[in-house]
Order: sequence, then structure tokens, then C-alpha cells
Amino acid sequence: MDSGNKKHEEAEVVRLKNVERYYTVGGETVKALDGVSFSIKRGQYWAIMGPSGSGKSTLLNILGCLDRPTSGEYWLNGTNVAHMDDDRLSDHRLKNLGFIFQSFHLVPQLTVLENIEMPMFYLGIPQAERTRRAKELAEKVEMSHRLSHLPMELSGGQRQRVAVARALANNPAVLLADEPTGNLDSKTSVQIMELFKELHEQGKTIILVTHEVDIADFAKSRIVVKDGKILECRE
Amino acid sequence: MEKFLNAENDNRMKKMSFFSFYYPFIKLGVTDVWRHKTRSFLTMLGMVFGVGSVIAMLAVGEGASHQALESIRRLGSQNIILSSVKPTSDNEASGVSKSAQLAMYGLLNDDNLRIRETIAGVEDVVPARMVRRNARFNERRIELRVVETVPTWFDVVPRPVLAGRVLTQKDLDANANVCVLTEFGVRKLLAARRMIGQCVRLGQEVFEVVGVVKNESGGNVRAPDSEADAYIPMSTGAKVFGVANIRYVSGGMEGERVELSQIIVKMNSISVVEAGAKAIEAMLKRFHKKPDFKIDVPLSLLREAEKTKRTYNIVLGAIAGISLLVGGIGIMNIMLASVTERTREIGIRRAIGARKSRIVIQFLINTCVLSITGGLVGLIVGVVIPIIITVATKMPTVIQPWSMGLAFGISVATGIVFGLYPALRAASLDPIEALRHE
Repeated sequence: MDSGNKKHEEAEVVRLKNVERYYTVGGETVKALDGVSFSIKRGQYWAIMGPSGSGKSTLLNILGCLDRPTSGEYWLNGTNVAHMDDDRLSDHRLKNLGFIFQSFHLVPQLTVLENIEMPMFYLGIPQAERTRRAKELAEKVEMSHRLSHLPMELSGGQRQRVAVARALANNPAVLLADEPTGNLDSKTSVQIMELFKELHEQGKTIILVTHEVDIADFAKSRIVVKDGKILECRE
Repeated sequence: MEKFLNAENDNRMKKMSFFSFYYPFIKLGVTDVWRHKTRSFLTMLGMVFGVGSVIAMLAVGEGASHQALESIRRLGSQNIILSSVKPTSDNEASGVSKSAQLAMYGLLNDDNLRIRETIAGVEDVVPARMVRRNARFNERRIELRVVETVPTWFDVVPRPVLAGRVLTQKDLDANANVCVLTEFGVRKLLAARRMIGQCVRLGQEVFEVVGVVKNESGGNVRAPDSEADAYIPMSTGAKVFGVANIRYVSGGMEGERVELSQIIVKMNSISVVEAGAKAIEAMLKRFHKKPDFKIDVPLSLLREAEKTKRTYNIVLGAIAGISLLVGGIGIMNIMLASVTERTREIGIRRAIGARKSRIVIQFLINTCVLSITGGLVGLIVGVVIPIIITVATKMPTVIQPWSMGLAFGISVATGIVFGLYPALRAASLDPIEALRHE
């Protein structure tokens, strides 16, 4: 635990301090992230921007506890997760993070309801409560009428709504959206962004990773990454 | 909402019951098997044949050995059976003038006495002389084996008395013309009539039927009793049939003189049977220059049969092991393919927060669903095949209840053993890479 003051930590859901991530490819060291520091407070809506190869994806993986920094510290919801083992990182993903992916990533053989229930299942919430909450969430994203459908029977926009409901299932501290509109047409993109805006207004902390400026404009704050460094950080 | 999700989450994970934890995985496994019906069926065939053959072969083997062991047990495990055999050398020597010669060989009354007097641990010695005679009752006729013996025969070769009585010492002392028939002979000869008290003709003599016994030898060639026997007192036999047995063959007569056809020695405990048999053999060899007798020890036969059964079980186990190995490899192969096919799903589950162990459990259960389903189908096959065999060939089969438990255990074990590698491989996938997989 860092000795930083308690009040400060509580307000900050995400805090990165001098995060570096190196890869060794064919004997050569590539600096994907080269000393990144920033913090995000509870209830904020951030967009992370940057061209491909900027280190944006690496940053997202570290923020999402899918990867660990080579050096530096990362506090997620008050806990330093930078050097945790795989099991404990998994637990943090389960409780503190809600992922929304570009290609939705719903489990194809599970129904809409089962997909939404999945994070709650891994958390050990009883079946009855899971179903009740999953139905509530489906209603929130306006997917109540498709509960027993399989993902392949849904349109892209509908799939992304289900994915949002699933991301909200364990009421995570941070919603992490990776190009959520990348596979959607402009009309559905706007609808999804409206949904995000709604969630933000309800007090959710959202981190949106995108390379599209009009999508990034939906967010209140912005970080621009380039060559593994933060180019711009605007609240 | 916020409160229960953060404070109680850790407790919930531990509180979950066994069933509610595994049920979704079982459901997922069953759906997965059902979705790939053909593939699952072909994968399961290995298990089906493996488990099915174990149960079926155990049932057939147990049926056969049960029959063999039972018939050996009926010979009496405390008994030593000595029988006269015609020495082969004697046969050749008498080849030239066989019409004139009387072949003399076999066990003697003296042997009977010698065994009784000199061998330790002997409880009883029963001599018997067997001749084949035609039995007649009115117009009915049947060839019987006439056993001239003493009353203790019925103690040494016990069998249930169906009607009347067995031979007594009084019959022996009086040279009485009485006989005890076996059930089969009675049915052939007397048909539906009241059996006891009837007079039947054995050879040229008339005998009164005083008893009927059940015959239980079950077709074993070494059994002292046979299907169609007539038991008469030894003294009567000597009086009416003599000791020479003369048969008329084409071109002349063939005669042989055998004093005793069989001597049954009953030892007073099972532990001395084999030593007793050795002592008797050594003693008799001193008096018999020609090999004109043989010794059967039912206990040794029993031991041998049990040894054979054990060997059979080892071979069976090896066959079962190989087929299950092949079946298990088939399942592992399919599961590895399944892991590749479901890479993205694994990535999604890991990204959402499933620990590696959860992925391992999911794939292990999936494999077990396959292997257990295969095992259950194999169990049905293994139960049905022996029934078909019994119905079709009248061969007895005994389905061992424990073999079914074994089959289930083997199915689960195969699932775990061969599912472990694919499951570990699934869990070790890097979530980032797995999510990118197309």
C-alpha cells in the first residue's frame, strides 16, 4: 500500500504512476509505454486517444488488469495491482472492471440472459438473484425482449447493448470500453454513445479508448497517447 | 446494491454450494456435447466399447468360471479321487492275441485297505466298481452305469435324497438285491410310476428300487457320479456280476478284470488333502508297476481353476486398459480441438474475471460429461450383451454389480486424466491473445 493520503485515494479510482511496459521482440526491447502517469476520479468520463502503435492498446490492457507493467505503480479503486498474481488480478477484473469490446465478445453459445449473468456467476451470486439482476440490467439497456436469444440472432447494436449490460453486472468501479462503436454504423454508434452518456450521468466512471475524434468528443476529459508517452491530458 | 457488491463479494464466493457451483458447467458441458452430436458420439465410442467390453467380458468370464468352480466344488474339496485307467503299454502288448487274453489292471481291494491303514489324516475310504449294464423295466430299456459300492459313498459324494433311502450296511451284509437310482435314470425307466418298491432288471438280475438321489455332477468328466447311475451294494455286485468284465466285440471276446474302478478318499481337513494325495501316490506306485491308476484332487483343480480365472482377469484388465486408453486419447484429441475452437470464449471468460482454475474446472467437467455419457452407454451395452449371449447360446453369464461401479469410476477417471491436459492448456492461454483469436 502506498502511503498517500486516504482522501485523495478514495476520490481516485485509477491512478498510474510512471508506468512502463517493455516488450522484448527478437532480442530488441520495444518501449510500448514509457513512463505514463495520470489519475481518474470517481464519476469521470475519459477518452484515451492515439493512433495505432501509440501504446494505446498496451495502456488499455494494463488498465484492464490483463497485463502488468514492467515497472511503475497502478492503483485501482485504492489497491495497488501492479504486481499482483494472476488469480488476484482476475478477481479485480471481476469486481472492479467492466469490459466493453469493439467486437462485443459475447459467448456465442449462451443466451443474452446467460451472457449478462456470467460475471455474477463467477462472483458466486445465487442463481435466482443472478437472473433477477440480469433482467434488471437488460431492461436498462432496452434488451428485455431478447433475453433467450443467442448473440448471433442479434444486430450489432443489440449485441453491444448486451455487452454493456454484462459489463455492469457486478457494478464495477470502472467501465472500460475499447472502441465500442468500431463495428457499428453511425446511427447505432450514436445510440450506444447516448447509453454511455446516460451511465455517466448515473455516476459511472468510464474510460473510452478510441481513435475517432467524434466519438472521443462524447467524453468530458481526454488523454492522447503517442509513442508510449502522454501527449496531452485535458480534464 | 453498491454495498452488497463490495463488502459481501468475498464471502459469496466461499459460500456457494457444491452443486450451484458445478451445475452451470455441467449444463454447459451437456449443451456442448448435444450441439456436436456426431462428433461427441464418435468420440464416445471408445469409452462405450471400453466400458462395455469390461462389463460384458467380466460377466461372461464370471459365468464360465462360476460354473467350473461350482462343479469342481461338488466333487468335494476334501476328497482325493483315484481311478483305474487301462495302461497304454498293456494295450499294445495284448494286441496280438487280445481275443484270448484277460486284461488285468487297476486299483485293488488291497489298495483300499492300504490307504485306510497307512495314510495319516484319512477320514474315510470308499471303494467303487463300475460296470455298464442294461436296465429294463417292462418294455423300457436304458443303459446304466452300475456302481457297486458301500453306504459311505453317499457321505463322501453327498447329494440330496429325493425319495426312499440310500444304501445301508444291512444291505451290504445281506447281499441284498436293492438299488438306488439317479433322478435321470428313474425318469427314463419308470416314467410317471411310483418309483420306490418297483423292481428293475439290471443285466440278468432283479433289483428293488429303494431310493432316488439327485445327480449334481453337472457334466464334469471327473465327477464320481454320472447322469444315469444305479448304486448297488458291493457284496451283491461281486456275487451277481463277478469281477471280470467281458464284452463281445466283432471277431471274439474282449475281457478285462478290474477289481476297483474308483477309490474315493476323504481327508479329515482341507489342509492335509494335497499332502495326502502325494503320500497315496507314492505308496501306490510301490505296488503298481504299470501306470494303471490316476489321482484327481478336486482341491488342486479348484486352485488351478482359480489361477486360470486370475490370469483371465489380468488379460481382461489389459484389454480393457488398452481400449480405455485409446478411448481416452480420442477424447483428449477432441478436447484439444475444442480448446482451439473456443479460444475466444476462454479469452472472454478470463477477461471478465474468471480465474484459471475456473477454466480448468469448466473443461474438466466438459470432458467428464463426454466420458461419463460414453461410460453410461457402455454400461448399457455391457449389460445387454451378456443377456443376449445367455439367451442365444444358453451360456451362463453373471453380471457383477461392482463392475458397473467400476465402469462409472473408470469413466470419471478417464475424463479427469485425459481432460486435464486440454483443460490446463485452455487455462494457460493469454487472455489478450485469446480475445484476438479469430
